[in-house]
Amino acid sequence: MATNIQETELTQEEKFQQLMKFIESNREKKGFLIPALHKAQEIFGYLPAEVREFVAEQMNIPVSTVMGVVTFYSFFRMNPVGKHNITVCMGTACYVRGAKKIVEAVENTLGIKPGETTEDRMFSLSIQRCLGACGLAPAIMIDHEVHGRMTPQKLEQVLELYK
Amino acid sequence: MGLKIEINNIPLEVEKGTTILQAARKVGINIPTLCYLEGLQNPGSCRVCVVEVEGANALQPACVTEVNEGMKIRTNNKRVRNARKIILELLLSSHPWECNTCDRNQSCELQTLAEEYGIREVRFQSTQEKLPLDESTPGIVRDPNKCILCRRCVAVCQEIQKVGTLGPRYRGFHTVISPGQVDLLGDAVCVQCGQCAAVCPVGAISERDDTEKVWEALEDPQKYVIVQTAPAIRAALGECFNLPPGTLVKGRMVAALRRLGFDKVFDTNFGADLTIVEEGHELLSRLKKKLVDEDKTVKLPMFTSCSPGWINYMENFYPELRDNVSTCKSPQQMFGAVAKTYFADEIGIRKEDMVVVSIMPCTAKKFECNRPEMVDSGVQDVDYVLTTRELGKMIKQAGLDFVNLPEEEMDAPLGISTGAADIFANTGGVMEAALRTVYEIVTGKELPFEKLHVTPVQGLEGVKEAELTIKETLPDWKFLEGVTLKVAVAHGLGNANKIVESILKGEREYHFIEIMACPGGCIGGGGQPRLTTDEVRKARIQAIYKEDEGRKLRKSHENPALKELYNEFLGQPLGEKSHQLLHTHYFDKKNKKEKEKVKV
Ligand code: SF4
Ligand code: SF4
Ligand code: SF4
Ligand code: FES
Repeated sequence: MATNIQETELTQEEKFQQLMKFIESNREKKGFLIPALHKAQEIFGYLPAEVREFVAEQMNIPVSTVMGVVTFYSFFRMNPVGKHNITVCMGTACYVRGAKKIVEAVENTLGIKPGETTEDRMFSLSIQRCLGACGLAPAIMIDHEVHGRMTPQKLEQVLELYK
Repeated sequence: MGLKIEINNIPLEVEKGTTILQAARKVGINIPTLCYLEGLQNPGSCRVCVVEVEGANALQPACVTEVNEGMKIRTNNKRVRNARKIILELLLSSHPWECNTCDRNQSCELQTLAEEYGIREVRFQSTQEKLPLDESTPGIVRDPNKCILCRRCVAVCQEIQKVGTLGPRYRGFHTVISPGQVDLLGDAVCVQCGQCAAVCPVGAISERDDTEKVWEALEDPQKYVIVQTAPAIRAALGECFNLPPGTLVKGRMVAALRRLGFDKVFDTNFGADLTIVEEGHELLSRLKKKLVDEDKTVKLPMFTSCSPGWINYMENFYPELRDNVSTCKSPQQMFGAVAKTYFADEIGIRKEDMVVVSIMPCTAKKFECNRPEMVDSGVQDVDYVLTTRELGKMIKQAGLDFVNLPEEEMDAPLGISTGAADIFANTGGVMEAALRTVYEIVTGKELPFEKLHVTPVQGLEGVKEAELTIKETLPDWKFLEGVTLKVAVAHGLGNANKIVESILKGEREYHFIEIMACPGGCIGGGGQPRLTTDEVRKARIQAIYKEDEGRKLRKSHENPALKELYNEFLGQPLGEKSHQLLHTHYFDKKNKKEKEKVKV
């Protein structure tokens, strides 16, 4: 994962340069948009509007085409990921035990919806079908750690641990 | 060797590569379509065109399936009908049931099919959230809730217009058609050509409805309301009343407008004649500066400027060509500026009390009249633009029996025009009209083409070229003796793009280029009655040439009302007054700051 180390050192301009070089050498290839977007996501960590526009410009295609591809495949991200990723389980067991309330609690405490990241880039929120921790329902996972029997109050205490 | 096939037991022979849909149409069998659009890559996604092919398990989409030797096809049996019904039901299940309040009520392809297939109930239910309307631009309104995801708009915007504003976002149930990265058309680069609205089968993309504002003006006793109609309307308006495409309805249109209550019924043709005189002189002045004075700042080729969709395209994609585009305003804007100065003075009406309404085949004209710089009379030069379709609706609302109206004449002076102005409606027409005048100014003789028609630039070929060698010039124009004028014509922005690229790469050289944003020219505009197929285009084009040929005066500079305008008011073509009222300048809209400053 050498690129990860590099990533922190590159300026924004250098990142665009790197992406441009990659696209330049392959621009004419058919079906090159997806590899180009992969590369872009590898360099920037996600695909913000400027990057999508840049790819469109470099490849001489409408930005609507880029947008179509980015939104079609779930592995492309349009938002940055936070330092900590909160995954709320929405599997059946968790759902019936109030997972929805937990999502709402995260939304209220951090001001982000599923798929979004806090402005300070500390937390992202996502939703998953089942974490396989049904016995602990409702469960959430922060990074790789599972926290069970969540309540809105408990959530706040848990989040404190990551701040 | 053709392929022998059978459709509903009717034997026929067709060429290889023919689709089932095309073959069926040959023998007069209609197969319903929703996503299919002639001449485009077809996604084959809506499946409403399915037919049964003997030996195949699944039903086949007729629009994309090519026939094979010996193929036996059934287009109408229980299985096919049931399949189509289910497809329609599914489409309707996620569709708002708002036919009564919908812009497309009675002209909707989905509604028509639901009626034809006798859909009486919809057994599926969807719980889709209501999405907001997109009313962010002056020309186009989008209602994503009514979108059936046929993607005709996407194909037209990307393939024909090469603008690529619209595209799908997300997948499956969540798919929406959106303007690229942003949610609103007004925040994207959209040239407002309305070609998307022209092909949308349902009420998901339409022009902004300005009819209420016009009714209000007509009913306001303080207002003096005049109307101008673009050349392309007279060959298409009849379609709103089920007359065949290409029926000339000028006289009845005038009668209808008078009955709607307009104080004067005038003609954009007057503006078109004026444009030709100004633009012709501009071309000659550019040629002189370039060839005689060797002035390096003068740019050739000169592009025409009467199509606001093209102007938007140029400003957003090729702003480096700004100085190549004629400074002439479009005929509608010339008309507005003259009406609110010269004509208002003549009849003693304050320009603030005058309302200028345009009937246009075009949605981009709605954008154009709202451009902040189009106020040279001192107030907004053109107040409202209605499309052909909107005028059709107003005539119906007024309860007029359009088909049986008498033929009436346009009012003087701004309703007087020549055949050269008529042909502005067709691709190649502005070029032809300009050459008729320019050639005669330079040589004193008529343009040496049969019936004055520059046939090489007529017709539906995407890019057309012509050459004209100038001989026996008058003394003032000696420098043009023996010069071969090279001209080109493109219609549809994809074709415009081809010409522009070939010029920028130095592959081609021309003196004068006509560009119209819509396929076929204004007769195929985004505001014309739906659906404009090539067949319809040809019929309208022919009607327009017929109108031109039936005229006594067929050259713009012969327009007597125009001569009077120059004598009494403007002075000379390209003179000071002309510059102030009839000419304009363009912006670099690639530059986001500049774009923001002149946002409409
Ligand atoms: S788009 Fe067609 S089916 Fe839908 S509400 Fe409008 S008229 Fe009815
Ligand atoms: S108006 Fe023209 S440019 Fe704009 S979205 Fe429609 S087709 Fe594309
Ligand atoms: S907006 Fe109209 S043309 Fe475009 S995909 Fe939807 S229904 Fe089809
Ligand atoms: S018309 Fe054939 S699939 Fe839509």
